[in-house]
Amino acid sequence: MEASSLGLTFPAGDGDIVALSDVNLTIDKGEFVSFIGPSGCGKTTFLRAIADLEKPTSGTLTVNGQTPENARKDRAYGYVFQAAALYPWRTIEDNVALPLEIMGYGSADRAERVRRTLALVNLSGFEKKYPWQLSGGMQQRASIARALSFDADLLLMDEPFGALDEIVRDHLNSELLKLWARTEKTICFVTHSIPEAVYLSTKIVVMSPRPGRVTDVIVSTLPRERPLDIRETPEFLEIAARVRDGLRAGHSYEEVV
Amino acid sequence: MSRTLSMLQLYLALIAGGCGLLGLAASLPTIGAAPLMLIFFAVSALSLLRLVLPWSFWLDGVLAVLGAWALIASLPAEGLMPLHHWLALIASWAFAWLFVERLAAAIRAGKLPETGTGLVIPLIFGLALIVIWEVVTRGASVSPVLLPAPSAIATRFAASTGILWADFVQTFIKSVIPGYVIGCVAGLLVAIAVDRSPFLKAGIMPIGNFMSALPIIGIAPIMVMWFGFDWQSKAAVVVAMTFFPMLVNTVAGLNAASTIERDLMSTYAASYRQTLMKLRLPAAGPFIFNALKINSTLALIGAIVAEFFGTPVVGMGFRISTGVGRLAIDLVWAEIAVAAIAGSAFYGVIALIERGVTFWHPSVRGGRT
Amino acid sequence: MNRILPVLTILLAIIAIWYAASVWMNAPWQTRLNERADLANVPFTEFVAQTWAQDKPVLPSPHQVAGEIWNATIALEPTSKRSLAYHGWITLSATLLGFAFGTSLGVLLAVAIIHNDASDRSLMPWIIASQTVPIVAVAPMLVVGLNAVGLTGLVPKALISMYLSFFPVVVGMVKGLRSPEGIQLDLLRTYDATPWQAFWKLRWPAAMPFLFASMKVGIAISLIGAIVAELSNTAGGGLGVRLLTGSVNGQTVQIWAALFIAAGLAAVLVAVVGRAEHMVNRRMGVRA
Repeated sequence: MEASSLGLTFPAGDGDIVALSDVNLTIDKGEFVSFIGPSGCGKTTFLRAIADLEKPTSGTLTVNGQTPENARKDRAYGYVFQAAALYPWRTIEDNVALPLEIMGYGSADRAERVRRTLALVNLSGFEKKYPWQLSGGMQQRASIARALSFDADLLLMDEPFGALDEIVRDHLNSELLKLWARTEKTICFVTHSIPEAVYLSTKIVVMSPRPGRVTDVIVSTLPRERPLDIRETPEFLEIAARVRDGLRAGHSYEEVV
Repeated sequence: MSRTLSMLQLYLALIAGGCGLLGLAASLPTIGAAPLMLIFFAVSALSLLRLVLPWSFWLDGVLAVLGAWALIASLPAEGLMPLHHWLALIASWAFAWLFVERLAAAIRAGKLPETGTGLVIPLIFGLALIVIWEVVTRGASVSPVLLPAPSAIATRFAASTGILWADFVQTFIKSVIPGYVIGCVAGLLVAIAVDRSPFLKAGIMPIGNFMSALPIIGIAPIMVMWFGFDWQSKAAVVVAMTFFPMLVNTVAGLNAASTIERDLMSTYAASYRQTLMKLRLPAAGPFIFNALKINSTLALIGAIVAEFFGTPVVGMGFRISTGVGRLAIDLVWAEIAVAAIAGSAFYGVIALIERGVTFWHPSVRGGRT
Repeated sequence: MNRILPVLTILLAIIAIWYAASVWMNAPWQTRLNERADLANVPFTEFVAQTWAQDKPVLPSPHQVAGEIWNATIALEPTSKRSLAYHGWITLSATLLGFAFGTSLGVLLAVAIIHNDASDRSLMPWIIASQTVPIVAVAPMLVVGLNAVGLTGLVPKALISMYLSFFPVVVGMVKGLRSPEGIQLDLLRTYDATPWQAFWKLRWPAAMPFLFASMKVGIAISLIGAIVAELSNTAGGGLGVRLLTGSVNGQTVQIWAALFIAAGLAAVLVAVVGRAEHMVNRRMGVRA
């Protein structure tokens, strides 16, 4: 995934809103990249541009060496939204099968993939339940399973755990890391939690608002194997401090308060 | 037990018991004339004991039934009901209300299960209405032209099933069903077609909203002129009446899917058809069923009114308008009973299908309505 | 502007289709007329003009209907029995009376239902069932029955309107009066408010938006009720009677004119309630 001098402007009544300006970034295969910054810094917009849900107004963006539109048509990525967005009229297993139906997989193949991805997110046994019968954390796990079911190499996650409480969040974070280790996918992860970004990522992209831009790219020195208590090590705290410095450099704190 | 009565329940209990006591006193001169009534008055008076002794609300229910039975059994064949028998009507009505009050309280407190007993309450209310209707019309000799007694209507119903069936077939099977199906399907298809073009949508939606508020029923005379006296003109009225609610509701329903859900389909590079079939139509389900339910009553109204403007000599609307003219009011009521049963059954079937299809919607999941 | 343009386009399309349809539908009769009058080879434009100017057309052209509306309202004394303004007024008064009855009944029932579990359980199913009964079936009989006890004129019609319009009000008001959340009710409990205070300070204002939304539906069906009731009481006059006499005499132009007056009436009534709703919602701080 490669972006060079990427810009995106939303037309608005009182002057245009510059959501992204001059963004340069390369993400390699197998990386876990977090985008962090205050609201309005364009991290979600950037993710949506990768997903071809927004069109950049300047610069170039390639995903797997092709345009985002072609990548989308190739079904090159899975997208996890802030809300689980499971269809209430489908069971969990049918929800996970939804992209497979759309992409035209055969029914035997579908059943196999649904079984496998649900096992991957530890939801085996809940196939026949409806989304509203599950807790918020389980719903979000199901939506991750849905994004994984068609084996795209790239996983785009837009604050997927933002609406969950801290305890569930910790649990899902460590599960996500295990999942990433098992599947070797590339993950782009938007968050506004510093510990979450540091804990998960191999690379942290710090962004700042007005106009949305990248202020710092921090490569994590933490090992790939990360137990939850790694968050109390000096190394972890040092990276967290760097992220905080990056945010401060982008005047993010003044803007937020 | 007496302490558990609320203010309202206490008043009801006093009314019921008091009426029993008064009725008992008034019956003494003609003792033996209506033994059942006498028993009812006696037990009602006894129920005043609830002030000092426990008195189960099931006993109130039994008393309400006993009162109704006594009233109907002692109705005079002709002329007015003895004056003190009206006390029995008041007493048994108070018992029924008291029973329902205490039953509802028991259900609320979780002493009784919701299912089953929940059905008993509206049933009692309906039966009470019929009993009061019967007793008042016969007890006070209300002219059958004004309001026939339920028993008279039932007799007429049983005697003229042939006519009623023919009218039902003409109006319901031949006019309502085809008109309803055509109107709803057309509304649905036009809504899907219009949905693709924002310009058409912006143009048709205000007009569609406007049309659903209009008295479309007024086109009945025009349809009768265009399509003749038989069922075709009635079906046409039904089509016109059901089309716009379906159109408006479906267009609204197709917009019901959230942005995230639509973005999701877009990340899958789903085609328009796939998005429509897998996301937008299912999401529109509750809206479509809402229109189907509204239309089920509209359709029957449309067909019956259209028959007021001219029919072959069969049909529910025809029978009602001629029946009123010939003062055959009991037949008209029998016809209304058919219309009510048909209307409720139609609505009930749609509501049942809705429950099955849109089981996931919070309004269905939520429980009772 | 860009909201009016699409509507105008569709309206123009409807009028164009209407004109075309009135040529097409009136053509057979016009051909026969011309044959009888031995008019051969009528030029097409003249033929079209003829179809748009028939006395009792199958489908009158829009300008014929507009002309009839003009003649029957502005050009006539409002007291004349042929004036649509006169008949419109009769229908309107029955509608408004019935609507007032229906709304009051609906509100009263809703209050009873939310304050008493037993009345909720016994009434609600029957209120819903009452709407599946095609009320119009009762209309002629109610009119005749009330005539027999000496009630004539406005009241029987208003009762039909009432029966139709109370339902949306009950349903809307029950929902509205129940709309305050638990914490809001708990707050009032901490103040030790009486049920009466809780009703006027919380439930009633909370229900206002619901009331007006239901009233918009109610007024429209109230008009339908009045028109249908008039069908069975031809002596009293009203738009329904004009529809019926027009149908008996084949006066299609008269039917269409009455129909459009009824439509206009419905539009005005709904707009008035809608306006009131808007104002109340603004006062209540609901964003439109």
